[in-house]
Amino acid sequence: MTLIGWVQIGFLLALVLAAIKPLGLYMAQVFSGKKTFLTPVLKPLEIGIYRLSGIDRDREQGWLGYTLAMLAFSVAGFVVLYAIMRLQAYLPVNPQGFANVPSDLAFNTASSFVTNTNWQNYSGEAVMSNFTQMAGLAVQNFLSAATGMALAIAVTRAFVRSKAETVGNFWVDTTRATLYVLLPLSIIVAIAFIFLGLPQTMDGSVTATTLEGAKQVITLGPVASQEAIKQLGTNGGGFYNANAAHPFENPNAIANYLNIFAMLSISAAMVYMFGQMTGNRKQGWVLISAIAVLLVAGIGITYWAETAGNPILTSLGLDPSMGNMEGKEVRFGQAMSTLYTAVTTGLSDGGVNSMIGSYTGLGGLVPMFLIHLGEVLPGGVGSGLYGLVVFAVLSVFVAGLMVGRTPEFLGKKIESREMKFAMLAVLILPLVILGFSAVSAMLPAAVAAIGTPGPHGLSEILYAYTSAAGNNGSAMAGLSGNTVWYNTTLGISMLIGRFGYVVPVMAIAGSLAAKQKIPSSKGTFPTDTPLFAGLLIGIILILGGLQFFPSLALGPIVEHFAMMAGQTF
Amino acid sequence: MLKHLRPAFSLVILMTLITGVAYPFAMTGVAKVAAPAKADGSLIARDGQIVGSALIGQNFTSDRYFWPRPSATSPNPYDPTGSGGSNLGPTSAKLKDRVAGDVDKLKKTGIATPIPADAVTASGSGLDPDITPQNALMQVGRVAQARGLDVGKVDDLVNSHVEKRLFGFIGEPHVNVLSLNMALDALKS
Repeated sequence: MTLIGWVQIGFLLALVLAAIKPLGLYMAQVFSGKKTFLTPVLKPLEIGIYRLSGIDRDREQGWLGYTLAMLAFSVAGFVVLYAIMRLQAYLPVNPQGFANVPSDLAFNTASSFVTNTNWQNYSGEAVMSNFTQMAGLAVQNFLSAATGMALAIAVTRAFVRSKAETVGNFWVDTTRATLYVLLPLSIIVAIAFIFLGLPQTMDGSVTATTLEGAKQVITLGPVASQEAIKQLGTNGGGFYNANAAHPFENPNAIANYLNIFAMLSISAAMVYMFGQMTGNRKQGWVLISAIAVLLVAGIGITYWAETAGNPILTSLGLDPSMGNMEGKEVRFGQAMSTLYTAVTTGLSDGGVNSMIGSYTGLGGLVPMFLIHLGEVLPGGVGSGLYGLVVFAVLSVFVAGLMVGRTPEFLGKKIESREMKFAMLAVLILPLVILGFSAVSAMLPAAVAAIGTPGPHGLSEILYAYTSAAGNNGSAMAGLSGNTVWYNTTLGISMLIGRFGYVVPVMAIAGSLAAKQKIPSSKGTFPTDTPLFAGLLIGIILILGGLQFFPSLALGPIVEHFAMMAGQTF
Repeated sequence: MLKHLRPAFSLVILMTLITGVAYPFAMTGVAKVAAPAKADGSLIARDGQIVGSALIGQNFTSDRYFWPRPSATSPNPYDPTGSGGSNLGPTSAKLKDRVAGDVDKLKKTGIATPIPADAVTASGSGLDPDITPQNALMQVGRVAQARGLDVGKVDDLVNSHVEKRLFGFIGEPHVNVLSLNMALDALKS
């Protein structure tokens, strides 16, 4: 670790911190239906969309109607995306003449993009046409992110309203999230990316003759526009197989800064928006500070572990001062690589600018652990916020048990119905991750897909299901995941991880919205204090961490000790 | 659920037109006007022929050129149609063997250990266009000898190609291998 490395990390986090308030206030206006500076431009488009789609924008939905609309929207998105991939050979803008995508891979990819996971079992530059990339995959980058934002808004309203039967209109929230937040920001970021050197063209590829006379086919496409929404929507699905390690997705240090800034700022600002809309800004900042503590700890540990390097390679005569450079780019080095990795897994982005599969034992443990924590640091756009609310609800319940008071959060009583649904949501992640990992570890065909045997092999499998169920999308990519077994089970994990989590969360929202908002009294446990932030950190670590600790002990922790002892597999 | 299907499909299709067609084509239009060379992949031409992209690394094996980092792309190193890293874990025997082989190869060209780590580790993209300044300086002796050039002159060339941290703290110092090698070729003529 170097001072200059920490200055790079600190400066970026400061930039994000500065963006939280203005962006949070803007989103609070958008989702309260208030006028913003973009309203004159976008209102006609918005109204036109409602009219063509038969949406009554004044009619609100209860939690069940809202959830069913969300499911229908996801089904429609899945069907359209699946059809585009299966038919891409017959569709336009396919300069490389790619064939149709096989059915199991198309199932996996459609599940992946509709759930905002963006796990990629394909190599974008070798399988997906430019049309599929922009009209299929990138559209879901917008829509799955907007869906997450809409759900978070519905959950927020549950705390704003008193004795309410409705939580909002899903169609209106999703349309506004896309038109007023994601699209304008994407345009700004895409233009910045174009100036920073990302390609943006409808052409397929150019053949160069290298200085030594070899042919090099350089693949191009609408990369800048896709990279912008990939980050802003915390999707993470790269245009290229190498994702943001590819120099066309991430050509220099400034582009790398913008990549991280874009993925982090909306999610962080949504936490502020939560405080603003529920009338307790301090609550927003308390949640943000709890997140920041955990995220900075994650960054620090990964940065330290990767800088410490790999003693097995040092013993061969490598200079250890650069740290573990396998899978990393020279222009980013350790600080910017590990910052990206910790942020992409604290969020549910899943894009990478260095290959996590080549990280050291402990360096690779941190990203996996951050996903295990439920991706609430600050999580995916929307999904992070409602995940955080679930943890906050659990925290006030635990606090209530300790002091013998009825737990309340922001004026809403937390009772057994909410607790049951919260536990249901929290338990789905370990069930899917550990269940499928255990089966795969015993299935010869699944074990054969491992890239590096030994403890790292278990890490590869565990990481795959962690990433899928957590809707993250990053990978320890030594695992050859493009098989019928992994395509299918990972696809199922993503669907359960998204919808199995969201439905109980919406049930909590419905039940809280229906309750009367009670003013805080002397008997209320205050939730906008450092004490509560500390409690929340504890609950996140215990619930998220302990469930997975035995499996981590067998994978990355054993690997760390093997590496220190110089053992290879 | 059924009554939701019409708005669902209708919204997906309308949003496809806005975010999947209008948005990328509009951005492509902006790019064509504002930064056409970058939007087309930062291609570099020499004598009217495209020799590569300023952003994409290419393979060099001749002693007369500076070598890039090892690349894990398949079937050929530095193949942009299949970007990616080795994804080998830190305890991988394959990784250890590969690095040991590359270290031996460098030692045979007269290089002493410790070797800069980037010279024998594969990048994440397999297309890393850069090497560290230490790695470039390490190769000066070999390149100067192969070309019959003065070592000091090649040293100066490397130092003039070091791209420093922006504002003194953002990014890492690096040397673009293609641009350094093109400068070498220009030196000769």
